[in-house]
This record gives sequence, C-alpha cells and structure tokens, in this order.
Amino acid sequence: MINLTINDQKVAVPAGTTVLEAAKSLKINIPTLCNHPDLCVAGNCRVCVVEQKGARTLVASCATPVSEGMEINTNTLKVRNARRHIVELLLSEHRSDCTKCYKNTKCELQALANEFAFGDNIFLDLVEDHSYTIDRSSPSFVKDDSKCIRCQRCVRTCSELQYISAIAVANKGAHQKISSFHDRPMSHVICTNCGQCVARCPTGALTEKTYIDQVWDAIYDPDKYVIVQTAPAVRVALGEDLGYDPGERVTGKMVNALRQIGFDSVLDTDFSADLTIMEEGTELLTRLKKALVDKDASIKFPMFTSCSPGWIKFIEHKYPEFLPNLSTCKSPQQMFGALAKTFYAEKKKIDPAKVVSVSIMPCTAKKYEADRPEMRASGYKDIDFVLTTRELAVMIKQAGLDFRNLESAGYDNIMGDSTGAAVIFGATGGVMEAALRTAYEIVTGREVPFNNLNITPVRGLEGVKEATVKIEGCTDDWKFLEGAELKVAIAHGLVNANKLMAEVREGKSPYHFIEIMACPGGCIGGGGQPIPTSKEIRQNRINAIYSEDENMVLRKSHDNPDVIALYKEFLGKPNSHKAHELLHTHYVERDNF
Amino acid sequence: MENKVLNKVGLIFENVDPKEVLTKAFNMSKDEVIQQVLDSGLKGRGGAGFPTGLKWKFTAAEKDPEKYIVCNADEGEPGTFKDREILDRVAYKVYGGMAIAGRTIGAKEGYVYLRGEYKFLLPKLMKELDDFHKMIDEIGYDFRIHYRLGSGAYICGEESALFESIEGFRGEPRNKPPYPTTSGVFSKPTSINNVETLVTVMMIIKDGAESYFKLGTKDSRGSKVFSISGDTPTPGIFELELGMSVQQFVDEFGDGDTKAVQVGGASGFCVPRKKFTETIIGFEGVPTGGSMKLFNSSRSMYNVLHNYLDFFTEESCGQCTPCRVGCQQLLKGVEKVKKGESKSTYLNELVKLAETMKIASKCGLGQSVGNAFRTIVENFREEIIY
Amino acid sequence: MYEVEDLVKDLSTKYGTGRSSLMPILQGIVEKHNYLSDEVMVEVAKTLDISAAEVYGTASFYTFLDTQVRGKYVIRVCKTITCSMKGKGEIMQVIEDMLKIRPGETTPDRMFSLLETNCIGWCHKAPAILINEIPYTELTPEKVVEILKSYMKTK
Repeated sequence: MINLTINDQKVAVPAGTTVLEAAKSLKINIPTLCNHPDLCVAGNCRVCVVEQKGARTLVASCATPVSEGMEINTNTLKVRNARRHIVELLLSEHRSDCTKCYKNTKCELQALANEFAFGDNIFLDLVEDHSYTIDRSSPSFVKDDSKCIRCQRCVRTCSELQYISAIAVANKGAHQKISSFHDRPMSHVICTNCGQCVARCPTGALTEKTYIDQVWDAIYDPDKYVIVQTAPAVRVALGEDLGYDPGERVTGKMVNALRQIGFDSVLDTDFSADLTIMEEGTELLTRLKKALVDKDASIKFPMFTSCSPGWIKFIEHKYPEFLPNLSTCKSPQQMFGALAKTFYAEKKKIDPAKVVSVSIMPCTAKKYEADRPEMRASGYKDIDFVLTTRELAVMIKQAGLDFRNLESAGYDNIMGDSTGAAVIFGATGGVMEAALRTAYEIVTGREVPFNNLNITPVRGLEGVKEATVKIEGCTDDWKFLEGAELKVAIAHGLVNANKLMAEVREGKSPYHFIEIMACPGGCIGGGGQPIPTSKEIRQNRINAIYSEDENMVLRKSHDNPDVIALYKEFLGKPNSHKAHELLHTHYVERDNF
Repeated sequence: MENKVLNKVGLIFENVDPKEVLTKAFNMSKDEVIQQVLDSGLKGRGGAGFPTGLKWKFTAAEKDPEKYIVCNADEGEPGTFKDREILDRVAYKVYGGMAIAGRTIGAKEGYVYLRGEYKFLLPKLMKELDDFHKMIDEIGYDFRIHYRLGSGAYICGEESALFESIEGFRGEPRNKPPYPTTSGVFSKPTSINNVETLVTVMMIIKDGAESYFKLGTKDSRGSKVFSISGDTPTPGIFELELGMSVQQFVDEFGDGDTKAVQVGGASGFCVPRKKFTETIIGFEGVPTGGSMKLFNSSRSMYNVLHNYLDFFTEESCGQCTPCRVGCQQLLKGVEKVKKGESKSTYLNELVKLAETMKIASKCGLGQSVGNAFRTIVENFREEIIY
Repeated sequence: MYEVEDLVKDLSTKYGTGRSSLMPILQGIVEKHNYLSDEVMVEVAKTLDISAAEVYGTASFYTFLDTQVRGKYVIRVCKTITCSMKGKGEIMQVIEDMLKIRPGETTPDRMFSLLETNCIGWCHKAPAILINEIPYTELTPEKVVEILKSYMKTK
C-alpha cells in the first residue's frame, strides 16, 4: 500500500492507483472532463489538475499515479485559478448556444462552467476563427465540431471499445480536430452508427439525430395511426433520465406514458424478439441439418446473430467474406416493422399507408437500420421513426407527465405479448439464452437443462463468453443431433466481436453459433441509452433485465401466444416463404474505411 | 554568482579517433562510465538540462533486457541549428556517444530521430553510419543504430512525442510518469539524449571528467555549442564556455545596437538591454539549448512575439487545453491589443494565462510558451501596445 | 491503382507492416508522389491493418506528409523570425510573381507548390527555403529567380 495525504487527510491505497481515485476514496471530488471510466487515461483536458508538494507544475490527477509520501492539495488558489482558466479556454473554442443546445443541462462542460467560470468571459471568442463543420450525414447522429472540446473520448471509444476508429484525431495545433477519414461525411465511412461515442461525448458535439418533432407531428395528425414498439432494454434504463436509479424497471409506467403521449397502439418489441427466436432458432437447426444430414458444403458455421445493426455494419465493412454466416433474420425492430404495416394493419383494418410506425430503441444504429433500403418489405418504409431511450424521456417531459406517479399499464394486444426470453435480448448473452431455451426444446421436447431456465454461463459482462450444450434425448426428427455438443460464444462491444472474428478468419473458431452485440453490455449499454454509462450502471441494468425475465409467467419464446397466433393466422410456420419475404434480409459488402 | 569571461572552446568539432575513445570506454565498467559522466557535471544539451549521468544511471538500473538509446536530432527550436552542423561534421562522434550510452545502460539498439528538414543530410549520414558499424564490429561490440526521419513537427523534439513518432503515431507527448528511463520508446527503458550531449560524452571519456568539470560554473559545467543569428555581423555556430553574461556575449556578437537577446529560442527568454549585465547564460540564469537571437533597435518586439506565438499556435500538438487554446488566445490577444480592440490591461490577463499554461500544460512545449511571452511583454510592453 | 498497390507493397516489404512502419512508408510515398492521395492512404491502412482515419490522422499531424495534391517541386519558405527579419517577404513575392501562385497553391501544370513553413534550421543563413528536401540559403531575389529557372528547365 502507498501512503499519501490529500488535503491533509492521510490515505493508503494500492500502488498504481491514480491521485484522482485516491481522492475519490476520501470523498474528495476533483472535476474531470476527458476522463471516462470505460476508457484509457488521456490527461488532455487538464481540468483535474492538482497541486503536488515539491512539483514544478500542477499534475493531472487522472494521469498521475500515487507515490509514497506524496502530498496533494486539490483546492489551492493556484489550482482554482488554473482550473478556471482551463474551463474558460474550453468555453472560448466551444460554440456556447447552450439554451438552444440538445445537451442543455446535460452537458459536462456546462456543469463545469457553472461551477468555475460563471460571469463574463475572460478570453476572446475563438469560434468565429474556425471553419467548423456540422455533419448531419448519418441518419443516427450529428457531429458538430463547433461544440467539440477535443477531449478525445469519442476517439478512444471508437478504437478501444469498438475497434473501428472511424474517427481519429487529425491535424495539430489550432487546427486539431476529430475527423473521419479525410473529413468524409460520417455516412460514407466505416462508422457503424453504434452511438457509443454519442453516449460518451461530454458536450453537444455528438448527439443522436432526433426525430421527436416528426413523431409529435404524426401523433397530432388525425389521419395517421401511430403505433409504437419499445425495445427490451429501454424499460430498464428509461428511469435514469427521469430521476430513478440505474436498474429500476419502469415498464408499466412507460407504457402508460406512451399511451398518454398519444400513440394509438403501444406494442412491444419483445413480441418480435420472441418471433426472432422462432425464425433464428429454426434457421440454426435447418443449417445444422443441411450441413450434417444433407452434407451441404455451402452451409457456413459459425452462424452469427443479426439483431444488432451496429454489428451488421461492422461485419459488412470489416469481414464481408463472412456475410453468408450471418443469420438472415431481420432484427426484432424490423420484423416488427414489416408486420406492422401488413399483418397488424390487416387485423386492425387500417390502411397501411396511414400507419406510422415508431420504435423506441436503446440504440442509435437502429435509426440507420430503419433507413436501409432492404427494410421496406411491407411496401412502405417498415419503420418510420426511431427514437432513443433519451428522446423518449424528452417526450415524456414535453408531455408534462408526472412519470413517478403514473399507474402501471399493460401493452396493447396482437403484437404486445412477450416472454422472458424476449426481455433478456437486452443483455449480452440474452439472444443466445433465449435461442437455446427454444432450440433445445424443439430438438429434445424437453426444457433446457439449466436450473430455472437460467443459462448462467452465457450471462455477465465478460467480453467474450462461451458455453457448450450437450444435446441428448432428441426427438425422431432431430436424431442426427443426438449426442452433439453445440458450442456457442457471445461477444459484446465490437473490440470483443473482433476477437471472435479474427479466430473465425484464421479458421480456428470452434463454435456453431455466435451472438454478437455491438455495444458493451449488449443493448442495455446501447448508444441511445441514458448518459452516463459505466460498468456498474450497465450491471444494474442487466440485473433489472434478469429480474424482469424471472417475473414473467412465460419465459420461452415458443410459448408466446401472440407469436403462436401469428404463425397460425398469417405466416404458416417458421422460415416459411411468407416469413422469408417479411422477416429475413440480405447484406451488403462495404469498404473497409 | 560566478561569471566567466567569454571563452571559445573547440571540443565538439575536434576530430578524435573514435576507435580509441570507444576502446577506452569499453575497458571501463558501466558504473565507471556513469561516474565519469556524473563527475563531469554534464547536463543535457537539448535545453531541459537533466544530468546525463543520472539519466543513464536510472536507465541502467532497469531490469528489462530490451532497452534503447535514442538520439534526439529533431532540432526544431527556432534559432537552433547546431545539431545539423554537428551531424554534418562529426556524426561519428554522435554514433560513438550512442554506443557508449548503449553499453552503459544495456541497449543493443539505438535510434537517431532526425528532423525531416535535415533529410538532405541523410545519404552522407547513412554512409558514415555504415563505416561506424564496421568499426564497432571490428571492436567486437554488438550494437546497431537506425535512422528515423521526422516529417515537420516541432513537438516531436519533446522526448515522449518523439517516441510516439518512432512508433508510428501522432507526435503527442505522453503523461509522465512513467519517464523514458522506465518506459520510453516501444514502452521500453530508454535513454534519450541530444546530439551534442552524446558528442560531449565522447570528449569526457577521452579527456576525463575533470577537464570538462573545470569549464563553466557550479550550475553549468563545461561548454556549449551556440547557434547565433539575428542582428549580428557573425551569425553561425560557436562553442563557448558556459557562465558568461549576456553583456559579454553581446559585446562579442552584437552589432553595436542590440536591444534584446532571445536566449533559448521561441520557448526561451527575452533578455532586454538593461538586464544584459546581470543575466548569466546557463542554468543559474537563462538556460538555453543553444539558440541565441539578437535583435537591434530597428526590430519590433511585437513582430517577434507575434512570430513566436504564430509558431506555437501551429506547432502545439493540440491535445491539451492550456497549450492548444492558450496559444491561440495569446496570439489573438496581442493582435487585439495592438489594434486597440482590447484594452492594454488585457495583457495582464494574458500574462496570467501564460502562467496557467506554464503550470498546467501536459508537456514542456505548453509549459514554456509563457517564457517568451512574459519576458517580451514585461520588458517591451509599449511595443506590444502601440 | 496497381501502381499504388505496388508502391505500398514495396515500401511495406522494405519497412515491415507494423505500426512503427507507418511513418517510413508514408515518407516513402511522399518522396515519390509529393503527397498522400486518399487511395494510397486506404492502401496503407489495409496493409498495416489500421483504420484509414488513423492513417489520415497521423499523416495530417506532420506538415511534410501532405494530404493535398502537391506539385513535383514543393517550395517551403521559412517564415520564422530570422528569415522573416531578413527578407522572407521579398523572397515570397518573387516566387509568387514567377509562378503566379499564392502560398498554399500549386501551379496548374503540377510542377510547383508554394508553402510557408516553420524554422528549418538555417537562421544564420537567412532567408532560407526548401525545395523538396534541398535547402537554399542566404537568398536574394536574384538568387531565387536563378534557382527557380533551373528547376523549370528540368521539367
């Protein structure tokens, strides 16, 4: 242990601890900006400087390891003056149109300014000296360089967590900026639209592209029938933007709020998550059968899940030779969308042209996914607007709802029923678990052999997880799988996905089925979720997901009555011709830059 | 304060038999070499002035079997051109110094990071390097030197930025600690030394620590190669004993009308005429990596300051706030004051900002922008305002 | 296209495909083509298995690793204090007049680009310029005219 004093308080911490962490253990708050718990230390912004006795200069507490006998002061006049200057400097190159900014009241620079730099500006405005670009080319987010404070959180996110580096630091000195490849529009580079950078940007430089106004317009248009679906991960995180602690489930209140906002039908993406399992599980078993019984060499393993649009774009750019390995299933959002303007409209006797289909997603990439040209199976744009969890919170506030005191309500019927298997889609490993619960039962007629259906090896925040399920006691149709060991793996965060993909490329991957989610923690850590995010917050959301699952009466996708009815009345059976037309898709090879 | 008279010295460019010096060094124990360098009082000749012997001692003490010696030839400080001259004339002594350092700290490989502006020298330097490699092979010493070229980035003269550049990244200075002696290039223990420092080591080994120690003053031992330019009838390279006053320097090199000397380049200090006598050139007074620029009374110190600030605004790496934004603010600030668009008292705010840059910037660049700013504004305030 | 691939292949064979080869490879390309095209940066990214944005980000840090089209001869006029004091302005004017381009521009025949640069280490022989890697020092307007004429002849 290393002994030091901070503001005259003694503390002993393990070697390698930073001054910032040591101060935290003493409940001494040091302001930070470029620091983020998910990312490597940068030490760029210098907001966290403190005085170290005997040092020639102030030291950045985030980047300075403790040393024996160190004496630190976090609040001297020297520190305060420097900190004030630094915040003022950041403000001088930041377009401070705070009252109009989407991040107003949620901006970390604004909060610092509030603490350290109120009153008149000390320094000259530099914004006018730069020719800043505002890039609105992506359907998912807006990159506004005039609000960028060069903390490089986004750059570190894109490289450390996502292994993409669609953005990097470019130029130097006064011209330094965060840039895509040669300043190309973000829509024309390798960006996956995952929004992890958006979730970590301290200012309004990276924000989701909002469609709130368009959704309100649709709601107030008497000629439109507006239906909304909510993704599994939204219900366990929405509360964070409305005053709840991370991990509090607000499903019932959320449904009520959506109804009060004025959506004509409040439906559940969980329904189509169950449907996805039926389609994808069947696809997996069919592939196994083709490969093992029919000896069809064109069938590729491992098969990859296809629910995460960030992951889809990643593989399209970086591993296009493995596109045949991707499940052809659309994501739950898009399955829902395809059915909303066909099956649902038919059942409800509404003109599909008048249906506006909105989805609430923990994700920014879903906005992009909805825009893909493939996603028009209904003859219309299957999903009209995608809102993030954060945008929904804004709408709830705009509607003047007293969220905390709302009664719980249930989803509307037809496409509102769901099972616990669908809920867990929101957490990393959830799709795999849901698929195993169903596939195992199809093949053996028995429940998957895990206590209370909880397939714990596929759960948790480990970057790459794997499991082996031995298939025994197959029914007659599936005898060819008797005794087989189904090997599965799960990765979340594209840096982990890349590890599995590198293995696949080297021909060393032993797996049959791989679940990949683009975002750390899975959808609960999506780029559209409430800010901030950290491992602890993601763990809390995951815990909430699993308790939601445990509280469901039905916990296996094939038990979902709405899904059973859908096949009976409309689709026939899983992977039927009609199911393929509406619920499956294809992929596009893209450039690796 | 000691005050030596101006004394021209000829150590750096003196031709020696490298084989003889290296053989002598290799016959000493590593500790003996370190002790000699410590005893000589040699401080790094790049400008920062860290004792060379200590740097080697720390690096030698590291357990990692893979270590590096790096020669910093990224001479970018405005007004400095001595390393080019040294490499042009006595590159073999630079290589010799690297070999001695390499053996002492336990490095089998060295890098010379040569600024891109000096690329024209490379063919000759490479040929001399081949000869050098042959010579050490003859001695039976296993050591290799590689060249890396810069590509026009002043900041790469900062040691950790230089490592980043060798590793193929943007030349952005790292957080310290860890220092290069524990984690330098390729995250391995590294001794990084200036061109002149390495040559000086050759001479210390050849002549012994004592003769070097006799030169200079308590805080600034030995001699130093100065790059002299500006308003002087005799611009060029001069090796001088340390410890002279600016007045003595001006008496020798001035044009009779010197009003200020910028010591240490754009990141150094401006000494006005009234302080010539009291100011010693060396670590006890104004330290310098060798850049000495003279300005006579026809020059506008506003233009000088503006030129320096323009330089830093472009050459800051841009990663840390005080330096990236601070440089722009200082530049725009003095422009506004000059134009009368800001009050002259705004200069006081800018001086405070320069102080913040000095104590809060991530690396030596940002920390030293304030030197020239403060000393020019304090001494030539009227020229900045009117 | 093949030319780009071959060049990057040659350079990566010489310097390796690790990250630390990036600078020598980019320098090698600039030596041949005077600037880094998007095409070549993408090829380098592919060869070194790093992102193209990273290659661009690194290149754009270094003044001599141009990512804009440059002429066969890149003239860099030192603008730092001593050169500035000793007649940089005049030198610049002469070059501008002769080549009919402004700083930052390239002649339509892609022979010359004119740029300003920071201290190139010839303060004692100011004013100084670099043409590609060759320094020219103690310049006068007359000397510059002669130098440029000699380059024009080598077309």
